Amino acid sequence: MVALTPISRKPVRFYVPTVALAGAFAGLLVGTANGSGLLGAVIGAVLLAVLAYVVTHFIDNEKPVRWAFVILFGIAGAALAGVSGAIIGLAFGWFFGWFTYWLYEGRYRARLAPYLTPGQVLWHFAFRVLVGAILIFLITPILVVMPLSFNAENFFTFTPEMLRFDPEGYSLKHYRDFFSSDDWQQALRNSLLIAPVATLLAVSFGTLAAIGLSSEHVPFRRAIMAILISPMIVPLIISAAGMYFFYSRIGLQGTYLGVVLAHAALGIPFVIITVTATLVGFDRSLTRAAASMGANPVTTFFRVQMPLILPGVISGGLFAFITSFDEVVVVLFVGSAGQKTLPWQMFTGLREQISPTILAVATILVAVSICLLTVVELLRRRSERLRGMSPG
Amino acid sequence: MKFTKTLMATTALTVAAGTVGAQEMADEMTIVSWGGAYQQSQINAYADPYQEMHPDVEIVWDESSAEAVAKLRAQNEAGNITWDLVDVVAADAIRLCDEGLAMEIDPDEDLAAAPDGTSAEDDFGDLLVSDCFIPQIVYSTTFGYRTDMVPEGVDAPDEICDVWDLETYPGKRALEKRPINNMEWALLCDGVAKDEVYDVLATPEGQERALAKLGEIKDDVIWWSAGADTPQLLADGEIFMGSTYNGRLFSVIEEQGQPVGMMWDAQIFDLGGWIIPEGLPEDRLARVKDFVMFATDTQRLADQAKWISYGPARKSSAPLVGQHADLGIEMAPHMPTAPDNAKNTFLYNYEFWADYRDDIDAKFQAWLAQ
Repeated sequence: MVALTPISRKPVRFYVPTVALAGAFAGLLVGTANGSGLLGAVIGAVLLAVLAYVVTHFIDNEKPVRWAFVILFGIAGAALAGVSGAIIGLAFGWFFGWFTYWLYEGRYRARLAPYLTPGQVLWHFAFRVLVGAILIFLITPILVVMPLSFNAENFFTFTPEMLRFDPEGYSLKHYRDFFSSDDWQQALRNSLLIAPVATLLAVSFGTLAAIGLSSEHVPFRRAIMAILISPMIVPLIISAAGMYFFYSRIGLQGTYLGVVLAHAALGIPFVIITVTATLVGFDRSLTRAAASMGANPVTTFFRVQMPLILPGVISGGLFAFITSFDEVVVVLFVGSAGQKTLPWQMFTGLREQISPTILAVATILVAVSICLLTVVELLRRRSERLRGMSPG
Repeated sequence: MKFTKTLMATTALTVAAGTVGAQEMADEMTIVSWGGAYQQSQINAYADPYQEMHPDVEIVWDESSAEAVAKLRAQNEAGNITWDLVDVVAADAIRLCDEGLAMEIDPDEDLAAAPDGTSAEDDFGDLLVSDCFIPQIVYSTTFGYRTDMVPEGVDAPDEICDVWDLETYPGKRALEKRPINNMEWALLCDGVAKDEVYDVLATPEGQERALAKLGEIKDDVIWWSAGADTPQLLADGEIFMGSTYNGRLFSVIEEQGQPVGMMWDAQIFDLGGWIIPEGLPEDRLARVKDFVMFATDTQRLADQAKWISYGPARKSSAPLVGQHADLGIEMAPHMPTAPDNAKNTFLYNYEFWADYRDDIDAKFQAWLAQ
């Protein structure tokens, strides 16, 4: 990146209070962990203000100062909370070293347009901090689960050994438990048997319905659409109870087929919505062109229409798969213990014995979902690039 | 001609024999239980040996006992009973029996006699609290506390009223989110004599009194609803003491090695056992009855105590209780019924709660929301 704006050193009255403010925030966190948040904030503010003033006024050389920050904070962290404290301290030290000079030298201005007012500059960075904070808020619950799944104890607790990064505090036993326990393996097998078949049904029916509903000559299109989408809108527990009594009468309750059909019904709306959305951009004259060259409707569908709406079909299918794979309410009603899926097993496990095996499974599922989404996204980009559609 | 006739007759006989055999007992059985260590103890003590004797029988376990009453009602309404045997607490068994959802049993015909010839009815004795209920275990709800959070220079808590003593024992408490047990403990600590607790609790003033006593510690209480909550909170050090089932505390202390102590004072006994749903087809019923006859005999009930610290419901099983299967410690001293633990116990009154539950539940929930 090229600097857009020439930069200059900033006055003390600007950067010392700002660094002090950041120091107060960090001090609040450390202070709260050690008993008094207020005291921590005050100490943090004063300490950082003094440090910022001293290093910018009496020392000229930037690099050694920043290293000194890292080491100093690392030692302070180690004194407060051992190894984990030292790591947090190192991170804090790096941040404050960088932050002090970033403000002092005016580097924050370098990549912004020169005509921005100070208010706009502030908003530029405040906006990024805010967005980052929201991201952290959304993702922290998932991140907390991961280290806990390596717990050596049978509880959802960060033990003192774990916080000291003592290898004794960590183990893979909950992963071993998942792979060796019949209950979990049976649940995994059931999930892997049910979800793909339900997805296949949802994708076939959903795609056909979407194509049918997007042609203009079909009567009552909106009403039919509303009915097909309804499983997404009706509270799940109502659908589940209804399915339970209906499936009981016709002998589908507690069967593999019953669960597959129920999950397919839940997945169809997602497929319809995504496929309908892609069909909006589909040029109908292409099917007419194919027909004029003698292709029958089936050939036209598979050779012309399907490749063009494939992205919509795939993302609809992905949603349908995740719906089935994540679903716990309907399967509790429609299934019996023989069709126990992973979410079911996690649900009962969470209620009856809070065991970190659930966290191990959750971590595995998160990893699998990340892989799946990455692969799909890469494939999508590749096909766009091949077709020369990619804007980048 | 004669040959064909003979052939047909033989085939008919074979077919008939085959169907009779299949109709006598179903080969698949769905047993409903509570999951966790408790269900594992049932698998180890009852199901595994049974399946060794009958290798073609398949047992599916469903961890749905917590909502057994609601699900059995739904199954009954849908006319589709999918469960064969259900583990419930005694209070639920009484409700299911009253509603006609559980089958009445004849102890002397359906259950095995003790080895010395005592009839099943006498062997189970008072624990047959309902005509449908086949008792399995005696468990108790009692308190556990963090041994490392007891203030210095103070004795560990050893009586129920220490739960209310926030000055001597600061820290959060965990209590079950329902009136049962909590109301009794509150009245006991408010100076009501043990044998008058239910008389007092039957009056609106008595109920107010119990709630007022609970109000003294309300700000320091975390309310739990699943049996796994209190052990987790104790392991976290989130609470100083909390009530839960004694088997859960045994597991926290002996199997997980957490710094937790048992406070057996005023433990409240309750029963767990089987019910057979009403309306099973004959072949499934025959299989369940065969299993129940086996699984509730004297030796099997004593065996279960090798894996979990709940007392067997038969008198004749008590002397047979041995050592923990993995830890090798004597299990008898960890039973809620052991003389040292049962110095001061409280008997849960089923009839009282059957009559007053809805009323007191409503008051309790309203009080919680205040």
